[in-house]
Amino acid sequence: MKREIPLMIVMVTGIIMFLQYFFPGRFLFIPFISSEKLFEFLNDWVMVIGILSLPLGIWSLVKANVNKLKVPDERFYSAVLLLGFLVMVISGWMPDWRTKGVHLALFQNVLIPIQATIFSLLAFFVASAAYRAFRARSVLATILLLTAFIIMFRLIPLGPIAGINSWLVEKILTIPNMAAKRAIAMGIALGATATAIKIILGIERTYMGRD
Amino acid sequence: MTFLEKMMQIDRRWIYLAIGLAVIIPAIFSFTAPVSVTPEVKKIYDFVEGLGPNDYLFLAMDYDPSSMAELNPMAEAVLKHAFTKDRKVIIVTLAQFGPGMVEEITTRLANEFSRVRGEDYAFLGYRPYPAITIMLMGTDFRVPFPQDYYGATLDSLPIMRGIKNFNNVKGVIDLTAGNTADFWITYGNGRYNFPLAIGITGVMAADYYQYLQSGQIFGIIPGVKGAAEYERLIDMPGQGMQQVSYQVVAHAVIILFIVISNVAYFATRKQKSTTGGAR
Amino acid sequence: MTGQLLLNGVAAFLTLCIFSFLYKDNPFYKFAERLVAGIATGYWTMLLFHTNFVPVVWNRLAHEERYEYIIPTLLGLMMWTRFSKKWSWVSRYSIAFYIGISSGITITLALYASLFRQLEATIKQPIDFSAAGISTLLVIIGVLSALVYFFFSAAHKGTLGVVSRLGIYIIMIGFGAGFGLTVMGRVALLVQRIIFLKDYVNSLGRLFGG
Repeated sequence: MKREIPLMIVMVTGIIMFLQYFFPGRFLFIPFISSEKLFEFLNDWVMVIGILSLPLGIWSLVKANVNKLKVPDERFYSAVLLLGFLVMVISGWMPDWRTKGVHLALFQNVLIPIQATIFSLLAFFVASAAYRAFRARSVLATILLLTAFIIMFRLIPLGPIAGINSWLVEKILTIPNMAAKRAIAMGIALGATATAIKIILGIERTYMGRD
Repeated sequence: MTFLEKMMQIDRRWIYLAIGLAVIIPAIFSFTAPVSVTPEVKKIYDFVEGLGPNDYLFLAMDYDPSSMAELNPMAEAVLKHAFTKDRKVIIVTLAQFGPGMVEEITTRLANEFSRVRGEDYAFLGYRPYPAITIMLMGTDFRVPFPQDYYGATLDSLPIMRGIKNFNNVKGVIDLTAGNTADFWITYGNGRYNFPLAIGITGVMAADYYQYLQSGQIFGIIPGVKGAAEYERLIDMPGQGMQQVSYQVVAHAVIILFIVISNVAYFATRKQKSTTGGAR
Repeated sequence: MTGQLLLNGVAAFLTLCIFSFLYKDNPFYKFAERLVAGIATGYWTMLLFHTNFVPVVWNRLAHEERYEYIIPTLLGLMMWTRFSKKWSWVSRYSIAFYIGISSGITITLALYASLFRQLEATIKQPIDFSAAGISTLLVIIGVLSALVYFFFSAAHKGTLGVVSRLGIYIIMIGFGAGFGLTVMGRVALLVQRIIFLKDYVNSLGRLFGG
């Protein structure tokens, strides 16, 4: 009941979605079941389930920070988080919240700059990592390093050799890089397919969690 | 400790400072860096240039503020191109913090080029679960998006009359920083076979050339350099071209760091082997 | 104008709070980090409610009387049982729908887009002495050797070892290309913030300098 019915749901829906790909008109030649409508119907259900389940994460975050209000060291920062959350929720009820007002102002002048700046720190980290770890210790590391140099030189005006560098970059990206990424993509596709088959057959059950 | 050994163990904050200066210096002493156009960007330009008066462009702006530095320039360039040619654009975002940014860009550019929302362009809004949304849009845009971002039903928008799904648009350009590009290729082009091009960040750029060669996508705008190339093609310099000059100095500094660290590494390794030090 | 300048000032201050982390972790950084978490969660909550829940769920049930949506709505609400140790098993029914449907679709489309189309593209160009033909040959060699590298069912010795070695060299070239482009991507993120700060300083200069 607790595990069997979900496994059955996974198997039935999985097989239906797999088979409908091969029946573009009538599903399994059944006259009153359009394959396209069935596909749309089931995916629409998943969208509804998904929209209703997304607030779980929001609730978890709010609850965790309400609990942290009791901890002296974390109290101030949790209060900041909860205050920011409340202000956005309240201002989100204003008319025209999409185009003007406190809600949009906070989005454009708090969320955008902070999020963009947090990710901009990666530029410093990549430079630091390149300095400390990017050494030609072996043949493989040397190949990686030389390729990276050729690609990075593309952005630097090199005068007479810029044309040769551009040609090299194009060849690197469209031959060995493409070959490597194609092999990786094919491997990932096979892995994803194998996992999907295992899930449908009930061999892979980690999504159910523990009893 | 010798100078080279000190160099190998330098505090990372000095490196941060050097990178910071490398980016600040072009802000003070600005210069223009040359930009050469690559075929994969030109193909996207040719596609938008070739759109007819009744052709629709579908633009998916699937990115958050965390990657707007690279993707905003290409979004603006593509929209400017479409708007100057008076072509109709349907816009969607599958990124959770995308709507605010998309709303700002589309409204600003629409005002600049006198485009009317609902007639010349439509912004459908945001949906989670990109794969499901893409597949649902392939059946009917109205299924995942009964209303646009502003609450108007799609049927009430003049631009959406007669537009049901991807069969009614000339092609899709997806601008993304995450794995949404994979979803568009697998679930969008894979199922519905519409022409698809992608604009992606530098981090991802090397990973999609196989799809270009197989024909699953017809063009790539790779990172800020790709955005600069597109701006050069439409002859409207913007943030992309502005950023390329900063990139020149920063790249030069990072290359210098790598060279210094390798020289120091090999020199100290040689020193240790000649003095018989522990490895 | 002054209002926008003030707002930009707030944005510039928060930008510098985040940059202060480069020196070391400090209260300004923590403040900005938690603030954005709260603002982002609040923003997404209202976005989900107004632009997703209302048109996709509420309007269909309350206004359009499409009662077939009661079942997925109940399934979605069942997900909330995850917070209860006693009743969390109920959420498995909802998860099962999502997992089953996604898995069924993945089998066909992942194979088609990432395997069949890629295989086709690898071998469809004829091999000859033209530039395209030589490129095709090199790509075939590259793809096969990279695939051999990931084949662990046999020991990488002898001929297999040589091909596998070539494969890892090809993969390293791919990773090197990726790193080179990654540097551009990361630096772009920083450049955009510096341009923003520069523009803000310039607007302050215009305000106070006349």
